[in-house]
Amino acid sequence: MNKDMKILIVDDFSTMRRIIKNLLRDLGFNNTAEADDGNTALPMLQAGDFDFLVTDWNMPGMEGIDLLKAVRADEKLANLPVLLVTAEAKKEQIVEAAQAGVNGYVVKPFNAATLKEKIEKIFERIEASQ
Amino acid sequence: MALNESILSERCLEQARELVRSIENGEEDRAIDHLREISRINETKMFQELGRLTRELHDTLVGFGIETEITDLAEHEIPDARERLSHVINVTDQAAHKTLTAVEEAIPVCEELENSASKIEHQWKRFISRDLSADEFRELSREIGGHLEISADRYTKIKDHLNAILMAQDFQDITGQIIRRVIGLVQDVEDKLVGLIKLSGSLDDDTNKVERKPVEKVLEGPQVPGQESATALKSQDEVDDLLSSLGF
Repeated sequence: MNKDMKILIVDDFSTMRRIIKNLLRDLGFNNTAEADDGNTALPMLQAGDFDFLVTDWNMPGMEGIDLLKAVRADEKLANLPVLLVTAEAKKEQIVEAAQAGVNGYVVKPFNAATLKEKIEKIFERIEASQ
Repeated sequence: MALNESILSERCLEQARELVRSIENGEEDRAIDHLREISRINETKMFQELGRLTRELHDTLVGFGIETEITDLAEHEIPDARERLSHVINVTDQAAHKTLTAVEEAIPVCEELENSASKIEHQWKRFISRDLSADEFRELSREIGGHLEISADRYTKIKDHLNAILMAQDFQDITGQIIRRVIGLVQDVEDKLVGLIKLSGSLDDDTNKVERKPVEKVLEGPQVPGQESATALKSQDEVDDLLSSLGF
């Protein structure tokens, strides 16, 4: 796993963005940027060379699930690994996210160990498939 | 109704004539009977009118769907909001305690390092000014060794406490989402009340229909203890199990 990879953190609550940013820094990832919903995130993803997207689901403007779908529909971004970190815990939603092509799903409230485990798993799979 | 009114007025007039006749004839008892009959007829008219208004109000409320919406608000939404707000209190309470515990546990660790370092610094200054005996220097070496030995462990402990404080802040996101929903409900109640006021001002005006917003509740936000959705998963483990059953 490349610790210099560029990560975009998308959440409408700035406190949650800071928490995720700090947790990622603790895991050795220092190259992060933030956006507060899908509408601001998508142009950033299209313009920048991001390696990983960590996004909330429920946000005003464009929701995380729609951002995920937009990413998968974009030729340039289609293979970007996406981790959903959300309070949405209904079975239908997790199935919908899986069908939309999410790489990992973390339910809030979560802890540092869970986030670490999911990120490691995502990149293990990607490396294994290459 | 119009027919009823005309009959009632006819009967009123008749009673009034009888009343005048009784008074002219000096028949006091009969006069009182006629007076009572007139007021009874009037009361009947008033009650009929009240009944008509009540029925119209009810019909209009049912027609606008406001009655069922208000019942729903009172029976489900408001108790639900109460639960949600209580959950906010619990979550913020837990976060405050987690933070305080981490601070309380980190401070003694800082003090231990602080004392150890300042003791060494004091002796080190004496060593620099060649004020230390050979025995004292050996003691200082031991202290420096001991300080270095505990340092890495104590700094890890402090970092863990700081991380605990960091994680405790996740309440803001959870409670923010819950409170947003309650604000939505308050807005809803306000709209319904405004609708009711408009209605009572224009009972017969059918053109003034209140627009019904489609209720869209796709996302549920954080699950509230005791109020969980039937299909909500209870833990990250359950989420992982579901995902692995989907081939993840």
